[in-house]
Amino acid sequence: MRFTNAAASYIDERTSISGAVRELGRKIFPDHWSFMLGEVALYSFVVILISGTFLTFFFDPSMSHVHYEGSYAPLRGIEMSAAMASTLDISFDIRGGLLMRQVHHWAALLFVASIGLHMLRVFFTGAFRKPREINWVIGFVLFILAMAEGFTGYSLPDDLLSGNGLRIIDGMLKGFPIVGTWISYLLFGGEFPGLVVIPRLFVLHIMLLPAILIAALGLHLLLMVINKHTQFAGPGRTNENVVGVPVMPVFAAKAGGFFFVVFGVLVLIASFFQINPIWNYGPYDPSPVSAGTQPDWYIGFADGALRLVPPGWEFVLWGWTFSFNILVPVAILGLFIVIVAIYPFIEAWVTGDKREHHIAERPRNAPTRTAIGAAGVTFYAVLWAAASSDLMATHFRLSIEGVIHTLQALLFLGPLIAFLVTKRVCLALQKKDREIALHGYESGRIVRLPGGEYVEVHQPVSEYERWRLVSYEDYAPLMIRPNDQGRITLGMRMRAALSRWFFEDRISPATKGELEQGGHH
Amino acid sequence: MSAQRGGIHHNRSSLKEREDHSTMGIDSTTKDRRRTRAGRRHPLASVALILAGLVTTGGAYALFTSTATAGTANTAIVQQQLVEEGEALFAANCASCHGANAEGTGEGVSLHGVGAAAVDFQVGTGRMPMAAQGPQAEQKPVQFTEEQIDALAAYVASLAPGPEVPDESLFEGEADLANGGELFRINCAMCHNVAGAGGALTEGKWAPALMGVEPKHIYEAMITGPQNMPVFNDLNLSPEDKADIIAYLKYMEETPNVGGFGLGSLGPVSEGLFMWIFGLGAVVGVTVWIAARAN
Repeated sequence: MRFTNAAASYIDERTSISGAVRELGRKIFPDHWSFMLGEVALYSFVVILISGTFLTFFFDPSMSHVHYEGSYAPLRGIEMSAAMASTLDISFDIRGGLLMRQVHHWAALLFVASIGLHMLRVFFTGAFRKPREINWVIGFVLFILAMAEGFTGYSLPDDLLSGNGLRIIDGMLKGFPIVGTWISYLLFGGEFPGLVVIPRLFVLHIMLLPAILIAALGLHLLLMVINKHTQFAGPGRTNENVVGVPVMPVFAAKAGGFFFVVFGVLVLIASFFQINPIWNYGPYDPSPVSAGTQPDWYIGFADGALRLVPPGWEFVLWGWTFSFNILVPVAILGLFIVIVAIYPFIEAWVTGDKREHHIAERPRNAPTRTAIGAAGVTFYAVLWAAASSDLMATHFRLSIEGVIHTLQALLFLGPLIAFLVTKRVCLALQKKDREIALHGYESGRIVRLPGGEYVEVHQPVSEYERWRLVSYEDYAPLMIRPNDQGRITLGMRMRAALSRWFFEDRISPATKGELEQGGHH
Repeated sequence: MSAQRGGIHHNRSSLKEREDHSTMGIDSTTKDRRRTRAGRRHPLASVALILAGLVTTGGAYALFTSTATAGTANTAIVQQQLVEEGEALFAANCASCHGANAEGTGEGVSLHGVGAAAVDFQVGTGRMPMAAQGPQAEQKPVQFTEEQIDALAAYVASLAPGPEVPDESLFEGEADLANGGELFRINCAMCHNVAGAGGALTEGKWAPALMGVEPKHIYEAMITGPQNMPVFNDLNLSPEDKADIIAYLKYMEETPNVGGFGLGSLGPVSEGLFMWIFGLGAVVGVTVWIAARAN
């Protein structure tokens, strides 16, 4: 006791750390399962760092040619790059190497997947609203960095699959008019594949990208602490407080345990399920392309966009080749991710809402936003599915042309249908909530009144439940008002139109007066 | 080699089982059904009759000649016998699409010059006779015995010269796995996938999975180019190269997957789906559990 006291004051006198510990230790985390998805991403990133460090001890990021002489018989004597040979050595000749490789790759898949799910949670609960818009953008940057990390890592072993992936990148770069060829030469140090791309990607993969990622991650967590965590509405939970458990000791213990659970799940998967068997793919050779060549799931949407382009979109004009088969999908994907990045600002402008929001909304209580999200998810899902069009054709006994044409149509119709259906479902759920708040649940008990009338007895909801049902923001469409100069600008008209589109159909929460009247109407 | 023998044995035993079933299966209900059908011959009766006749004459012939010394005259006669048997089988099972003289019709191609190897592959893997017209002949349980397939092959081979059924010595013995793997990736993987898991082709056609295919049939596919497959002749891939490819495929088939379950060897799609459904599913399950414990 005496020793710990002395040690603590020794450290505190030299670092003034007690202030930070007090601040952090008292930070409150509300309890909801969906608030832990970001944690999953964080923990899988730690697993990636640990397993990745192990791999760097043995991986040789060089494209110099060697003859493989390791233990995997079917590749012995084959010429390949040192990168591929060292990856094979990690898999077959280094103790624990294959497990670490598989942990690293599976953890990467979980990392990006959990970021995606975390973003969906934040989007659908409106947790990106003021004051958290900046943190949404930082989180978006993290998502892009995670994909870049994944893609560079996928390319490093220099096997057939990764080489094919790089070939697509090369083709996309070359699709840009005028500068494309030069950018490609710059990246590959001459004509594809060249001898420099693996060492360059290695530097990006283990140094530059992780450094930016960790910095952005630190900022992301710092802003989360500064902004406090959102919480769902409930008795005692207001926009001004955060109800939950403090970091010290409960949350820290839970989070620490959860880290090991995530780590354990990943090691378990890596022990029992093969991932990226590069020895099947063989060394990269520009001539063969295997059937069923796909990128890892998170790049799938981009691959799918390329697969859905109809034929004949490339033409030669004035001696230049215009590859709209590449430019159009790249432009559409670029537009899509930019909209994702700036969505908080778009919505803030449309609603004109400048207040701070710390209560996470239930998705049904923001029908238009939820519908926009559903449309976006559908759009992404169609592109994603398109990346596996060949596997859908073989496994469901379809013709690949039929699959592609269906997905082409769904790319446009799917988001539209998803928007309309989701909005109606949200409004219906809101109506149901309002009904329950006012009249309670249907009990199923039918009573005959003395006058002969039959009524069903309704069971009133508890205070706690009712709070959840009625506490949400009720927005109304903005009215067009002239500004100081007495004019109505085009921007105002657009904003009013969008606002009307957002909030025209709405179900207001039951008011206090209505609740007091209850069923007696 | 052992797999090959096992395959034949399996065919024979399954045929025997089928016969047993048919004799044992005549109980009262089937008799009743037969009686109502009296007056009409079963559609397969004529085939059965021809078969029975051929088998008895063939069997008797074999009995008589077994003691005699084998000579060229005898093998010629045996061959002739086989061709005739094959012709009868052909007339009963194949002629409706391929034409009475295998000259081809609108429904099926001419078989002049396809050789014994093509017949042995198509019939020996159950692709022929086709159950229905479709984008591609589907693999299904083999319909004939090894002897019947040989007879059909002999008949088709007698029409015009074509590739012969390969001798087993062609794909036995020592092989260069590394060469086989490299040739497989360069020549085969673009349709059949690097792990031989199969892949999609245009218009509803597909390249089948290559695991569990007999070496003989792989070899025949390479020299005859069935369905949409191109022919890999001996100038393109020498017999040794073909043997190496077969050895590589057999190695992949017999060696346990390194690193755990292969998830169908379909690459990143099955890996991604697995992570989303089972990996993320498990982790989200844990988050729900942790949050629930708090309340």
